[in-house]
Amino acid sequence: MDFGLSQDQKLMVDSLEKALAQLCPLERVRAFADKDEPVARDLWAGLAEIGVAGLMIGEEHGGLDLSLLDAALAAEAFGRHVAPTPFLGVTLAAIALRAAGSNAQQSRWLPPLAAGEVLAGVAISEAVAGARDGAGVNAAGGKLTGTSLFVIDAAEADLFIVADNAGGLHLVAGDAPGITRIALTSIDLTRRLGEVRFKDTPAEPLAGGEALPRLRDAAWTLLAADTLGAGQRMIEKAVAYAGERKQFGRVIGSFQAVKHLCAEMTAELEPCRALVWYAAHAWNAVPDEASLTAAHAKAHLSEVGRFVARTATEVHGGIGITDLLGLHYWFKRIGLDRQLLGGPERLRHHAAVIQGLVAA
Amino acid sequence: MDLSFGPEYEAFRAEVRGFLDRHKDEYPGPARPTRADALAWQRRLIDNGYAARTIPKAYGGYGAEPDILKSRIIAEEFTRARAPTGMAGQGISMLVPTLLEVGTEAQKQQWIAPTLRGEIIWCQGYSEPGSGSDLASLQTRATEDGGDFVINGQKIWTSTAMQADMIFCLVRTEPEAPKHAGISYLIFSMKTPGIEIRPLKTMTGHAEFNEVFFTDVRVPQGQIVGKRGEGWQVANATLKHERGMLGDPNQAESRLAAITDLMREETVGGERLIDNPVWRDRLMKMQARVLAMKFNGLRLISAQLNGESPGLAGLIVKLQGCDINHELAALAIDALGELGVLYGDSPHLRAGGSWQQRYMFDLGLIIGGGTAQIQKNIISERGLGMPREPKLAGA
Repeated sequence: MDFGLSQDQKLMVDSLEKALAQLCPLERVRAFADKDEPVARDLWAGLAEIGVAGLMIGEEHGGLDLSLLDAALAAEAFGRHVAPTPFLGVTLAAIALRAAGSNAQQSRWLPPLAAGEVLAGVAISEAVAGARDGAGVNAAGGKLTGTSLFVIDAAEADLFIVADNAGGLHLVAGDAPGITRIALTSIDLTRRLGEVRFKDTPAEPLAGGEALPRLRDAAWTLLAADTLGAGQRMIEKAVAYAGERKQFGRVIGSFQAVKHLCAEMTAELEPCRALVWYAAHAWNAVPDEASLTAAHAKAHLSEVGRFVARTATEVHGGIGITDLLGLHYWFKRIGLDRQLLGGPERLRHHAAVIQGLVAA
Repeated sequence: MDLSFGPEYEAFRAEVRGFLDRHKDEYPGPARPTRADALAWQRRLIDNGYAARTIPKAYGGYGAEPDILKSRIIAEEFTRARAPTGMAGQGISMLVPTLLEVGTEAQKQQWIAPTLRGEIIWCQGYSEPGSGSDLASLQTRATEDGGDFVINGQKIWTSTAMQADMIFCLVRTEPEAPKHAGISYLIFSMKTPGIEIRPLKTMTGHAEFNEVFFTDVRVPQGQIVGKRGEGWQVANATLKHERGMLGDPNQAESRLAAITDLMREETVGGERLIDNPVWRDRLMKMQARVLAMKFNGLRLISAQLNGESPGLAGLIVKLQGCDINHELAALAIDALGELGVLYGDSPHLRAGGSWQQRYMFDLGLIIGGGTAQIQKNIISERGLGMPREPKLAGA
């Protein structure tokens, strides 16, 4: 019995911290957010060098063959640093390919994904979170037609993983005919979302039947981990600021009104770490509990994340809402994590359905 | 990450399960309600290592090496079998660990074994009307007279004082010393002349607590635990045990299961509560919090196994655990609606009024054992390293 991180996992977290401190200071995030830069190629190349692009890809395809818990630790680090990485798209595509791809599909795509040479977009929002504005993709005769919204890392994707209206998954080459990409601007400028339209676009089916639910559960867990990292960093920033800022002749961190806000954020967020760890571990090792804990992890982190984002900003006072300080990048990161692939109400409904508390 | 216990522990689990099955006719409860039944069960548990497990044999315990996984398996299997666990009064959970840490050999020999067997019931004399969160300001005085301490003063929030044979009590022996340095820890009989007990009725309608008044109560000086003036350190050794008890995630999990059953069974206007999306959403929200604390508990066990400090994951348990328990009772009451305000022996009462009782009693647990506000001071000061509130002159 050991519910904790292994030595290797602790070392990975340390090396990611070091890499991100160097590759992804706030100025780099700000430069990405302020310009029309679709992908932070320098950052991704640096991360691919230490194996991040192939975390969940098998060794035979040049990856590290690690677990979802390892990927969640990486996602947490990216949340901590509000890092503009294509990690989510690449990792989810690798998961889909490993779960449901043919040998040929895996050999074609996994090695360049692991090397950080190709990027992947993931278009599953309609199938996972419901369709908005009439979106949806129909598959017929090996071709896709329709629109997918809120596509993760769409901008310069070399391949897409696309869910159709029946819940089937497809692999689409980025340069296939009939694809139109439209950028969606969200509050969170550290990540890129897109609308992708397909018109008679050739697609290869990803055959495995359970692939979409597994992909969805992994995505929920990684988004929860992103919020965990972002929320943890916001608390640290609030505590540090409260230890420096003086009013009424004292540092404001000595006032109980301020201290208790920091204690409340901590009391809410700290148990979330165990929830994310468990959900990630369950995805690999306790399949019966994986979907329930993934849904709860994302829903609960969304609620706690919102509380932390608001409260940490309040501890900073007026400077907290300025662009100059940049705290808003974390606030907005947490905001996007909450809605992407389903908000907490929808996920709690899912949790009730899979426990048989209500019909689907 | 490894959630399996391994073959040695699974064999132990089978052993516990076999024991509970063989002895299920001995469980004290409605069918076996007497004190003799309870004492016989306690003795059976000690003899088999399911109570007083790690207390040395010389002092009446089972004498096993501490093994947190075995303790956890015992707790799990007793819950599964709905078997009464070993006694856990303040004597067993707080006085015994204190005596083991700082008691004299004679004190250990005299008090531990009969306390473990349930033959001596203890109460705790810490809080006073003027000393709650600021416990170290307590004013109950013990002055020397011949070979005795003579005690005058008042304690409050003394649960089980009515049944108790003995009290472990904090008194001020050195009024001139700084407040933390003038306290001693005494143990004495509740039958000692000069003790008056008044039940303290709370908002539940029951007297779960008492006030205890001391007038010239004479206690031999040998009944001090630890050194004179060091009672604060002695007491702090056991307060940490109390806080652990108050944030138990197993309790929240069984309450959540009970509310899920309640929502499946209760109907309003012909509709089951569970079929209403608003109630379901509230239930699922609580499930996420309960699961998070359950997994946090796994983290604490692993930290202990690996000899690591649990850090923030430990400091937040009392605050979160008590809040979750209270919120669960609130959810049950809301789900019951108008039925949820019935009480006492009213017609239509559900679950014997236990949700209503918990909703009110658990508010006391948020306050007791270190208030929520004191917990937040502890989290922010010890956990996050934030500065203390500047002290007022003379406080």
